[in-house]
Amino acid sequence: MQSAIIVFPGSNRERDAAVALRRATGREPLHIWHKDADFPKVDLIVIPGGFSYGDYLRCGAMAAHSPIMQEVKKRAQEGVPILGICNGFQILVEAQLLPGALLRNASLKFVCRKVKLTVERSDTIFTRRYNAGDVMSVPVAHGEGNFVADAETLARIEGEGLVAFRYVEDTNGSMNRIAGIFDPTKRILGLMPHPEDATDPLHGSTDGKALFAGLTEALAA
Amino acid sequence: MSEQNQAKLAPEDEALAREHGLSPDEFARALAIVGRRPTKTELGIFGAMWSEHCSYKSSRNWLKKLPTEGSQVICGPGENAGVVDIGEGQALVFKMESHNHPSFIEPYQGAATGVGGIMRDVFTMGARPIANMNALRFGDPSHPLTRHLVAGVVAGIGDYGNCMGVPTVGGETNFHAAYNGNILVNAMTVGLADASRIFYSAAAGVGNPVVYVGSKTGRDGIKGAVMASDVFTEDSASQRPTVQVGDPFTEKLLLEACLELMETDAIVAIQDMGAAGLTSSSIEMAAKGKVGIDIDLDLVPQRETGMSAYEIMLSESQERMLIILKPGREADAAAIFRKWELDFAVIGRLTDTRRLILKRHGKVEADLPVDPLVDEAPRYNRPTEPTPPAERIRAADYPLPSPAATVLLKLVGCPDLASRRWIWEQYDSLVRGDTSAGPGEADAAIVRLPDSDRAIAITTDCTPRYCLADPETGGRQAVAEAWRNLTAAGARPIAVTDNMNFGSPERPRIMGQFALCIAGMSDACRALDFPVVSGNVSLYNETNGEPILPTPAIGAVGLVDDVHRVARIGFPAAGLAILLVGETKGEVGQSLYLREIYGKEIGAPPPVDLKAERRNGDFVREAISDGAVAACHDVSDGGLLVALAEMAMASGIGAKLALPSEPGLLFGEDQGRYIIVTAEARSLESKAAAAGVPVRRIGTTGGDVLSLEGDSAITVAALMVANESWLPNYMAGKD
Repeated sequence: MQSAIIVFPGSNRERDAAVALRRATGREPLHIWHKDADFPKVDLIVIPGGFSYGDYLRCGAMAAHSPIMQEVKKRAQEGVPILGICNGFQILVEAQLLPGALLRNASLKFVCRKVKLTVERSDTIFTRRYNAGDVMSVPVAHGEGNFVADAETLARIEGEGLVAFRYVEDTNGSMNRIAGIFDPTKRILGLMPHPEDATDPLHGSTDGKALFAGLTEALAA
Repeated sequence: MSEQNQAKLAPEDEALAREHGLSPDEFARALAIVGRRPTKTELGIFGAMWSEHCSYKSSRNWLKKLPTEGSQVICGPGENAGVVDIGEGQALVFKMESHNHPSFIEPYQGAATGVGGIMRDVFTMGARPIANMNALRFGDPSHPLTRHLVAGVVAGIGDYGNCMGVPTVGGETNFHAAYNGNILVNAMTVGLADASRIFYSAAAGVGNPVVYVGSKTGRDGIKGAVMASDVFTEDSASQRPTVQVGDPFTEKLLLEACLELMETDAIVAIQDMGAAGLTSSSIEMAAKGKVGIDIDLDLVPQRETGMSAYEIMLSESQERMLIILKPGREADAAAIFRKWELDFAVIGRLTDTRRLILKRHGKVEADLPVDPLVDEAPRYNRPTEPTPPAERIRAADYPLPSPAATVLLKLVGCPDLASRRWIWEQYDSLVRGDTSAGPGEADAAIVRLPDSDRAIAITTDCTPRYCLADPETGGRQAVAEAWRNLTAAGARPIAVTDNMNFGSPERPRIMGQFALCIAGMSDACRALDFPVVSGNVSLYNETNGEPILPTPAIGAVGLVDDVHRVARIGFPAAGLAILLVGETKGEVGQSLYLREIYGKEIGAPPPVDLKAERRNGDFVREAISDGAVAACHDVSDGGLLVALAEMAMASGIGAKLALPSEPGLLFGEDQGRYIIVTAEARSLESKAAAAGVPVRRIGTTGGDVLSLEGDSAITVAALMVANESWLPNYMAGKD
């Protein structure tokens, strides 16, 4: 399985994602600089955490409008799975590949801590190695992860089973404690927590490993 | 040079001298060096270069006493940061630096740019920053400014480091009324470099291009170095324009661009533009390389129009670097900076004149000899006055006023011992994925080296109240505690960076504190083979004549060979033996017990026996690397029972303690002590006996209660509530 990590100016968790992907797939992911003309065909696109364009304007807003995101959208339409983590989730939302919006944490402060998530469903390429209802321990590290959507959108997200993960305890004020969501095809996942930083016993949790292992299995050529 | 000012200046010169922070003698000396009336720009350059901040004029003679050499030292003090060899072709580059004055005036930007500045010092030398730490001192919690300063400083540190993608893995925070008018923000960065590819700042090669990269220059932070070298008064808020404004996004780009350029062989020398901006970077690079430098200031990228030569030279705009390139490499380098969307400009050339010549709009605005600006900077042997000796306090005179458990509950919830979770959760401590022990998990932060089983340990330490009572013991203790914290995590201590924060050196008592702290530090560094490789001095930390506590903050690094063999503080399981390593005499002088329970800050601090320190530490470290230790914690602020409570709170597991309720034993702050938890108590006890290390079995882990002999007991849950409540409640205004 060949993956690619999109790197914007200000991305800073591309290494964490690369290590997790390398361990799961046995292959070094490609790093695609946002201006690279050459973007080979890949099985998975990852948009990593960080502060693309300094989070100026709105988190993810500038990256969402960069030319490479047009290509990402095109690949998404072709069915290439997309994983957006933290700032990557914010970019996917700003690019309207996922619904809703991510506001400042209700505490108005950045929060870095280990949290517990419930896995909402296991019938997706991202969550196939989990069981619905599993509780996993992963860290969060964000200032703007407070998921909101208008009532109609929220009802649709819940009704269509698009919630991927929920915080067990309120972490940032997110509606319905939503930590991550799918698009309707369930081939795009955005989440605020960092499963890539829960893949090694030294991280204090390896609960994120199954996400990368499941993807590797599902996308094995 | 003596202190007395012999020079009599004309009134207009007196005003000029004052404006540039020069004494009458210094002003006269500058005139003699220039040999004519200096221009305003030239005077500004003298003022900055000869400021306390840039010249170390009051401290230099004392700093020479610190040991700076060792088998692992690649580069000691004098460069942008210190460099130590950690084997396998790798080097650590690290330094701690203060941003005290700016952080008091404007806490968010002051703290943010302090973090930005120290990271630049580290990546300037070719290292990728892999961890940040900080040592913070705030005023009394009841002071009206304290809450605002804590909130701003923590947000500033967090936002800068978080955006850079460098984990902030630990630090320390104290509260004391002596910092009411002058907080301390000391930031430390550790970077990892290829030991054979360290970059230095000495310019070389007449004709080589002088290149400016990074952000544009604006009118922010003008004369910041001069401001930082003065005492505060009530109207210090009016100095807000001297505080720099940080842009961590630009710094992240600058980091990546510089590291990319460093992979080529285009660089001759590189230095960041920190305090005194373009002035100090150009002059220091030229002086170190014994060359001259011509700069056309019209070519400096500028954010604002109409900036004068004076403003450009003294701006402290952030995220800028000065680079000397090899001839003909301008295009390669420019392409890298263009990729990262940063300014790149050739602004001058190196010359053989050994003069700094600045032009603006075709006119020479400064023409100064380089060497005298550095070599003939004033140096003062300022008068010192010793601190009167403090009396040893007898613990028996201060009996427990209530059951030990009640005292303990009060201590774990006091401002200096309460959990710092509210602070550290605002720092991304995990980015890069190598943080193996973050804030609160072990006595030192543990960061694995990428793609290996080796790790580094980092700590910052200082007990300012000890330094006030007995500066020499305080200096010794600060170094010993740093060494002990690295040891308690299982690391081999390597080297130290020091951040010397003191009041006005013009007062003999303060200069005496400085001299004695240095003497104590020097002693400890020698005894523990723990050289000082970098540091920073911040003087004039006082407001309206009230100095801070003498605060020689020590940052230190160590190496762990196997990241799976580090010791954390939490009791890991029930049924394990708890051993106390080291001797307890019951030293309650300057203890938090006396301060919090009796309201007294009195007496002599605990003495530091460096032989015992080393012997006990070497024993503990070996036990950890043998795998015999399940948890380890040093005994410091608050004493033995507080340390045990911290171990219990870290895991939620309690302990049954065979300890009588004696204040000296439970709350004395005797040095050189560790608590270890082990399943191999017998064998450790016999090894300790053979090594002459005092070891005492003091209890067994288990249950959810911490209990002492008699009926004094308290649940771990109650301790956690007290420990976790104070800071969030305080910050929410609920105290």
